Amino acid sequence: MATQHSRSAARLMMAPAVMLLLGWMLVPLIMTLMFSFKKYLPLRGGDLGWVGFDNYIRFVSSSSFWPSVMTTLIIVGGVLLITLVLGTLLALLLDQPMWGQGVVRILVIAPFFVMPTVSALVWKNMFMDANYGLLSYLWEFFGAEPIQWMSQASLTSIITIVSWQWLPFATLILLTAIQSLDHEQLEASEMDGATTLKRFWHIVLPHLSRAITVVLLIQTIFLLSIFAEIFVTTAGAFGSKTLTYLIFQRVLESQNVGLGSAGGVYAIILANIVAIFLMRIVGQNLDK
Amino acid sequence: MGRIVLEKVTKKFEHVEVIPPLDLTIEEGEFTVFVGPSGCGKSTLLRLIAGLEDVTSGSICIDGRETTSLPPAQRGLAMVFQSYALYPHMTVRKNIAFPLKMAKMDQAEIDRRVTTAADVLNLTDYLDRRPGQLSGGQRQRVAIGRAIVREPSAFLFDEPLSNLDAALRVGMRLEISELHKRLKTTMIYVTHDQVEAMTMADKIVVLQAGFIEQVGSPLELYRAPCNRFVAGFIGSPKMNFIEGDEAAKQGAHAIGVRPEHIKVSATEGAWKGVISVSEHLGSDTFFHVHDTGLAETITVRVDGEVSFDHGDTVYLTPRDDMIHRFDANGLRI
Ligand SMILES: Nc1ncnc2c1ncn2[C@@H]1O[C@H](COP(=O)(O)OP(=O)(O)OP(=O)(O)O)[C@@H](O)[C@H]1O
Ligand SMILES: [Mg+2]
Repeated sequence: MATQHSRSAARLMMAPAVMLLLGWMLVPLIMTLMFSFKKYLPLRGGDLGWVGFDNYIRFVSSSSFWPSVMTTLIIVGGVLLITLVLGTLLALLLDQPMWGQGVVRILVIAPFFVMPTVSALVWKNMFMDANYGLLSYLWEFFGAEPIQWMSQASLTSIITIVSWQWLPFATLILLTAIQSLDHEQLEASEMDGATTLKRFWHIVLPHLSRAITVVLLIQTIFLLSIFAEIFVTTAGAFGSKTLTYLIFQRVLESQNVGLGSAGGVYAIILANIVAIFLMRIVGQNLDK
Repeated sequence: MGRIVLEKVTKKFEHVEVIPPLDLTIEEGEFTVFVGPSGCGKSTLLRLIAGLEDVTSGSICIDGRETTSLPPAQRGLAMVFQSYALYPHMTVRKNIAFPLKMAKMDQAEIDRRVTTAADVLNLTDYLDRRPGQLSGGQRQRVAIGRAIVREPSAFLFDEPLSNLDAALRVGMRLEISELHKRLKTTMIYVTHDQVEAMTMADKIVVLQAGFIEQVGSPLELYRAPCNRFVAGFIGSPKMNFIEGDEAAKQGAHAIGVRPEHIKVSATEGAWKGVISVSEHLGSDTFFHVHDTGLAETITVRVDGEVSFDHGDTVYLTPRDDMIHRFDANGLRI
């Protein structure tokens, strides 16, 4: 009895917060859904009535749709690959006893504290500028023609910048995972005749698999919606337009709220497809 | 196969000398037990032999082969760790097969050896489980299985039973002893449990602060401990030490009598005292006797049927032929 009482009391107490959160999520979602079925041009006549699936068809049949999906996947995939590989290597390195370990660890984590807009601007102007960027000097030092990073290698640039931001996160999670590896297991495998490489492959990597899936999942969720890094660097030009950016352009640059909303719904579907895939992998991994 | 010779081996961690120069020979097929109090360097010594730690100086020969600078895998030894150190993501079968796979043995031979090992250790039904799905004793057996498939020239055990409950420990103790009888391979076994040491060993090495205090068979150590440390360490309950006049009468600085070598009587005897605690184990009874004027407490071990209570006055008589005498330096006279 007592527990039932306190349980219903607890529900009552939580209700306002739950309602608030629910409203917070549901209102924008429902509004997006609603607008996606309307022709709504704020500066050119406002609400022009229901149009059924028109916006959905137009969004997909636009010539920029599939390229933007591809761009999104390339950026997400590229960043995941780089952060996971480099993150694992860095974590292995940081796990070694060395002089000044504490300072080095803080330095490695530092990029995570820099705001995306700021770090993208720093990269764009200090490193990747074709005239006075540090990378241009490096290229010139070796006698090569400096690269116009933003225009000639827009995707590479964005992937580099975003990877730099997310590397600390991956490193940190993987480092804690490595540190939790039982030392005797490594020694046992050493006695069993496993070389360093085999030890990594058979013992360390399986131990990290869980941490890797966590990094994969969390990063994907955040990377699908990166925006600032593109906005301040290429502004969506030179084939760097992601789905998120396309939606932004539809809503704000062409002032077509209905079309943008339809794009938003597509983005939700894409995110969910990716999420389901990832959950499957994570589920399998966490079961073990 | 499996003769291990340590010559003037030392080990320093930073500037602390954990193992002072130490010589030790472990004969082929011998079951050698390292005992000593916590922190005396038993594990360190074992890890030096295994190659998991580098010696600071000295040499280690295995079967006449100089192995001091060889990596662990090339020394032909197998080790069983206290935490078992099984690979959690591999099945029991893969765990046991791992060293063979690393040695690039062909699959048919691997299968044969794993099956044999599983048979010997009663693991056949568990081959497809993961370590997480096994009990402590089963995990221990898997760890042993992983060691025996390699057919090493010697086994190293570091307190393998200390994570098991008392009943299982007795069972595993027997299994390991049986395994040794069957394989006849050299085994080095580290423990701080002196019952394990006494029951399993062919040869006990008593260590203290990295020094070897005495090497000998269990009964040698029990009957003729070479100093007070060994006398106090081997045997349970501990030997009673008496200093002062009583010892001087025997021409020694201190005398030692084991609890089981003292006779108790209600009426007459050499020493008079009062029982403070009596512990009944069923088969035996331990009396802790105070106020003897000889030592703070004298422990006596008698037959389970003898019964005295707290506060009873008793007389104690040591068996003359079982008195150990020690000089001022603690050495046996
Ligand atoms: N890696 C290390 N660095 C510094 N000192 C160490 C290291 N490993 C062990 N020691 C020291 O060496 C001494 C012997 O340690 P060891 O682990 O061999 O003891 P032990 O006899 O196995 O004890 P226990 O019965 O508690 O396992 C201890 O004083 C310990 O503090
Ligand atoms: Mg130890």
